[in-house]
Amino acid sequence: MMAKRFLPLWITTGLLIVLFIIGSAQFEGFGSLRVITNLFSDNAFLLITALGMTLVIISGGIDLSVGSVIALSGVVCSVLITQYQWHPVAVFALVLPLGTLFGALMGVLIHEYRLQPFIVTLAGMFLARGLATTISEKSVEIDHPFYDAVSDFGLLLPGNAWLDASSMLFALLLIVIVVIMHFTRLGTNIYALGGNEQSAVLMGVPVKKTTISIYAASSFLATFAGIVFTFYTFSGYALAGVGVELDAIAAVVIGGTLLTGGSGFVIGSVLGVLLMGIIQTYITFDGTLSSWWTKIVIGLLLFFFIVLQKLLNRNNKLHA
Amino acid sequence: MPVVLELKNISKTYPGVKALDDVDLTLYQGEIHALLGENGAGKSTLVKVMTGAQRKDEGIGQVLFNNQSYDFKTPAEAQLAGISTVYQEVNLLPNLTVAQNLFLGHEPRKYGLIDYKNMLVQSEQLLSRFKLSIDVNAQLSSFSVAVQQLIAIARGVAMSAQVLVLDEPTASLDADEVQTLFAVLNQLKAEGVAIVFITHFLDQVYQISDRITVLRNGKQVGQFLTSELPQAKLIEAMLGKELQHLTGHQRECESPTNSQEAILSLSNVSAKGSIQSMNLTVGKGQAVGLAGLLGSGRTEVCKAIFGLDQLTQGDITFTNNRLTISQPADAINAGIALCPEDRKTDGIIGPLSIRENIALALQARLGWWRYISKAQQEELAQFYIDKLQIATPDADKPIEQLSGGNQQKVILARWLAIEPMLLILDEPTRGIDIGAHAEILTLIRSLCEEGMSLLVTSSELDELVALANKVVVMRDRHKVTELSGSELTSQHVMQAIAEG
Ligand SMILES: Nc1ncnc2c1ncn2[C@@H]1O[C@H](COP(=O)(O)OP(=O)(O)OP(=O)(O)O)[C@@H](O)[C@H]1O
Ligand SMILES: [Mg+2]
Repeated sequence: MMAKRFLPLWITTGLLIVLFIIGSAQFEGFGSLRVITNLFSDNAFLLITALGMTLVIISGGIDLSVGSVIALSGVVCSVLITQYQWHPVAVFALVLPLGTLFGALMGVLIHEYRLQPFIVTLAGMFLARGLATTISEKSVEIDHPFYDAVSDFGLLLPGNAWLDASSMLFALLLIVIVVIMHFTRLGTNIYALGGNEQSAVLMGVPVKKTTISIYAASSFLATFAGIVFTFYTFSGYALAGVGVELDAIAAVVIGGTLLTGGSGFVIGSVLGVLLMGIIQTYITFDGTLSSWWTKIVIGLLLFFFIVLQKLLNRNNKLHA
Repeated sequence: MPVVLELKNISKTYPGVKALDDVDLTLYQGEIHALLGENGAGKSTLVKVMTGAQRKDEGIGQVLFNNQSYDFKTPAEAQLAGISTVYQEVNLLPNLTVAQNLFLGHEPRKYGLIDYKNMLVQSEQLLSRFKLSIDVNAQLSSFSVAVQQLIAIARGVAMSAQVLVLDEPTASLDADEVQTLFAVLNQLKAEGVAIVFITHFLDQVYQISDRITVLRNGKQVGQFLTSELPQAKLIEAMLGKELQHLTGHQRECESPTNSQEAILSLSNVSAKGSIQSMNLTVGKGQAVGLAGLLGSGRTEVCKAIFGLDQLTQGDITFTNNRLTISQPADAINAGIALCPEDRKTDGIIGPLSIRENIALALQARLGWWRYISKAQQEELAQFYIDKLQIATPDADKPIEQLSGGNQQKVILARWLAIEPMLLILDEPTRGIDIGAHAEILTLIRSLCEEGMSLLVTSSELDELVALANKVVVMRDRHKVTELSGSELTSQHVMQAIAEG
């Protein structure tokens, strides 16, 4: 029973290790700490987004707005810093609460008017993208001493591996989210909502508060990911992060979370992102394969994991 | 004794139905108050309105709790105020662990974080009050309906500050568990908790309750002291008329079981994690009952025959053919119907109408190319609505809007409608009121007389004895004995269950 719940997690971990070993055997330099730290720093924004997406999906919902929120967050940051000369820290202090509010509002709509999360966050997706484009159609570069300082900050590990600030921030957020999910009432309530909303209501779960918190958290994390992305690209661009919501959903599913809600682990989604990242790395190292192969492999993986979930679920039902 | 909770002039109107019409209820500290009435009388609705799961009609009526006016908007609010409720049907979360279900919303915490160690200890303590020793870290969905019901009750008890409301808590419990529950209730009562208790078992009412409120068609018939209300009068109050014939008569025309042609036989059947070397025969037109405690394997026998559990050993023969069933559709085609125990997950299709829910299995049996016309469906539905006394304005009402007992009747109708050669009923009258109870037993008997065979499980021994020609007693997942003929009395069955 217990083992079954963790099975998708083990499979993802196994695939990750196998790919790493194959890559190391095939290419020089693949089997290094550096490849691993790069995996984190290259994917930090996606990792952070996937954390939020996991909460949403475990609760039985979906958040399609995250990609656009990343773009909006990036554009607002770059415009305020470059055109209005705000200090980045002040900008973040403004943008993060605003992003959170955006998600909270979506949560309110979903709860109060019994709307489908799919529709509400789809609207949020268009809205955020539209706003970002209205603010600036062109990519806005950021050139600020604070950015240079942050990108110089990091930890030099053996083998010339560089653990950058965004990876560390991600690790911090991961710990916070795991604690929330497994050691607070909010976390249990999120699982409860995904299990059966009607029962959750009758058992006294504060559904409104929980729903709003979930979408607020997802938007907060997407906004955060947007900021991290500006450190990665040193710019903000309205067309950044297109399709990131789909990558995040894919990572969550590959990480073993049920799309129907109620079961899954945040750590699984992290493994999901890393697996997708390592496939990308493999293809880059290979050099002959088109990068579209990444998509093809991810597509196959998704099929595999969805079928796996179906099978596991069916067995559960029969033995219930 | 001081009044804890007082409901005054409560009405609740659903589109087209007045579920509650000017109902009062007074609840005293330290009493057990039975709320009684036929299926659809409005008992559950009253509970929902009183605890914030549904809103009462605007403008009229009042809820006084500790002499203060309250208007609970959600169950959470009522819970916080000190009213804990176990709603009809098990309303727990299948994806959480037992301990999480028990403590959802009031988890023990240390430094602001959930203290799992403490929660584990408390869970085990709590369940031990109900003589339940299970792995509280296992997922809830891995337990049977009855265990889940006990867990739901335990949760209610753990949270009950001043008022505990139990809507049909004993529907799927066995005699032993009922007594365990009653011991706990009496203890709570002594501590001053006021308890609202809904049931269709009148003997339980007389055993445990101090006071009775009767509802009929959404109206309050009256409030009585249990000690001053004889059973006949109670039934009259509930039905609005005297009950013509009570259940519990043993079947008269008994054909000797051995001379009958066997329609179903299990020889040495075992299934993984379920039954062990089970032997059983059911004759044509014969009704066989399965008795035993919870977890004795009753439900598992039904599942094995219906192809839901994989056999590891033995053969099942049906109409002289070896039965190979890999999915319920095969069983239905072979002429076997199973009316499952857990109607909520295996039975009703909520948004579909009563008519469609009834016609469903018959349509599946005929095949989709032989469509049952709407008029035929209508006729079929109307027949069962009358026969089983399903309380509904018409056959087009979505089934999810029926009361619990009436949903059960619809499910029963679905399987009766296909006129199977073998009908398997797992707890068929769970939650069904005494008026309809008699009708259903009569209907099932007449079907048996027409040649249908029946395999029925029930934790109500009287019912089992009334229906069956032969009762198979089970324990620890295998057969202990068979009783038939003059041996077949509730007394004997009870002894067999107890002694093995
Ligand atoms: N959501 C709903 N929409 C419309 N009608 C409803 C709804 N819920 C209940 N009803 C109707 O209200 C009436 C009372 O139902 P209720 O569930 O309170 O009965 P009950 O006394 O609990 O019966 P039972 O013994 O079968 O559980 C029934 O006629 C039922 O059809
Ligand atoms: Mg009811």
